[in-house]
Amino acid sequence: MKAVALVVLALVPFALPSQSMVNIAMLTAFSAFIGQCWNISGGFGGLTSFGHAVFFGTGAYAVAILQTRYGLNPWLGLPVGFVAGGLVGAAIGAASFRAGLRGSYFALVTLAFAEVFRILSNSLDFTRGGLGINIPLGMGVGNFQFADRRATYAVVLGLLVLATLCAAWLRRSRFGARLAALRENEDAAQALGVDLVRTKTLALALSGGLTALAGVVYTQTYLYIDPTIAFGSERSVEMLLVAMIGGAGTVWGPILGAVALHIVADVSRSFISTPGFAPMLYGVVLLVIIGVLPQGMAGLWERLRRA
Amino acid sequence: MEVFCFFSSEKKVFFFEKKKQKTFVRGVLRGHRGFVVTDIFLAALINGILIGGVYALVALGLTLIYGVLHIVNFAHGSLLMVAMFAAWLLAEKVGLSPYAALPVVAAGMFGVGWGLYRFVIGRVSRGEDRAILLATLGVAVVLDNAFLAMFGGDTRQIETDLTFAMWEVGPLLLSVPKVIAFGASLAIAGLLWAFMALTDTGRAIRAVAKEPEGARLMGIRPDRIFALAYGIGIACLGAAACLLLPSFFVSPHVGNVFVLVAFTIVVLGGMGSFPGAVVGGILIGVTESLGGLFLGESLGPIGISLVFIAVLLLRPTGLFGATR
Repeated sequence: MKAVALVVLALVPFALPSQSMVNIAMLTAFSAFIGQCWNISGGFGGLTSFGHAVFFGTGAYAVAILQTRYGLNPWLGLPVGFVAGGLVGAAIGAASFRAGLRGSYFALVTLAFAEVFRILSNSLDFTRGGLGINIPLGMGVGNFQFADRRATYAVVLGLLVLATLCAAWLRRSRFGARLAALRENEDAAQALGVDLVRTKTLALALSGGLTALAGVVYTQTYLYIDPTIAFGSERSVEMLLVAMIGGAGTVWGPILGAVALHIVADVSRSFISTPGFAPMLYGVVLLVIIGVLPQGMAGLWERLRRA
Repeated sequence: MEVFCFFSSEKKVFFFEKKKQKTFVRGVLRGHRGFVVTDIFLAALINGILIGGVYALVALGLTLIYGVLHIVNFAHGSLLMVAMFAAWLLAEKVGLSPYAALPVVAAGMFGVGWGLYRFVIGRVSRGEDRAILLATLGVAVVLDNAFLAMFGGDTRQIETDLTFAMWEVGPLLLSVPKVIAFGASLAIAGLLWAFMALTDTGRAIRAVAKEPEGARLMGIRPDRIFALAYGIGIACLGAAACLLLPSFFVSPHVGNVFVLVAFTIVVLGGMGSFPGAVVGGILIGVTESLGGLFLGESLGPIGISLVFIAVLLLRPTGLFGATR
């Protein structure tokens, strides 16, 4: 069934009549991907991060600087971004978990790290400060710039599959079990010999590396990055919303959440196009989900299947 | 270094420096207008202390909510924004000066906070920590975007008779609205402390903060106290908004300016500690002000985030917090 779903998703853009609809499909897959990245640490690990944009921005700036400063091929941005995001995740994780931060405190410290990165990228010459970085135009597959949105969609879908495989692995593996044990009861898990700092740090590093890939793709799609786009809190909130609404800690949740949010956004925009109206609805949906369906939409699916 | 000129624009104070016939911008204080002095270091220091007083009032509400409900109220900045819009509307449409509007806005915000807890946050979260955290984030997202949809993203400000008024104290010229804000913030902090220490309601709030089950057995209903404490915390924001308005701007994003600042103060002072919020507020006001002076406009705010991370990692209980 899952293979069928994948084939259907891969064929979606070829069935869509216009580039703008392909664009919507691409954006939905993109949201699902970053939601899944958040879900790996935030859902499976229970590490509620409010500053995941720190990884997104790291990847975005990594690929931008590689090209404009060192003249390297942007495809290199994927491995470099992954490693850079992973290292940032490992550093933040090691520092926070060693200090015993969890819950609200962890949410706050991630928010602060994102803010530090935003201020630094806004002030340093190395990142061209508030001007941001323009990527020189040079359409071509070899240059990681696609004129056709369907190609971008294919890349994003590939990344989504990768992140979802990671989530599925967390569901089944011993590492995932250790992570879930820590999420449910830290003391009990540690008493059974689970290394808290190591396990949580690895989860955050994995999530960080994957999130950085989203930043790389963003930069190559829009050919521009600046400190607010890269490290602003809106991106962090988007990831969290997608994962929470779809179902944190479930394999399919972020995909459901992204589809639901984009339907809400596009339907509401066709009625009221005032800026702020659609994001306001996201907030309402989040409140309703927390109140009615703590397991998100994926939880509803489970409940219906059992009933 | 010869500093020769101060230029005060609407939102910023620039310090200029003359070197070899060229003029350099030496430093900038963000978000502060009508502030002119002759000694820039002393000016930045005093300015930081004054703005720190208002920060303390914002943080006091946050620390009260944390102390009682043990939640980090992510909607704090957004509710301050709501209060600032309320004060701004009263000034623009009714012609009420922000100082006269203070009791009205504070009372109104108490109602907003009480209702928000009673009907949204408390109901949605069923007492789970992570759910409360996410619920306050959801409220923040809704409020920020609702006000963006209603008022647009423009920055607004008002001018009162006092906006550009100055007091000359020794070598300094102090902005009157800031001195008033500082004094009033400390006075309100004192009132709040007296309320918590001396009244029965204050005692009930402290009892619930310490031992909700025990308080319930004594006939106190914790759910009512939670809503009350949340309301009082938000009422502090109503007062802070009126005190800020004469020297600050209003926009749907203004809450973001204060969110991290308020969290930093509360963490630095110790979660739940009143003296910590006041001392932390002034320390952070000075940090911000000196950061802007020495590091420049764009890099200056990094001081606050670094203090925040350092305290969280090294001493999460803060200066005045009880050790865990």
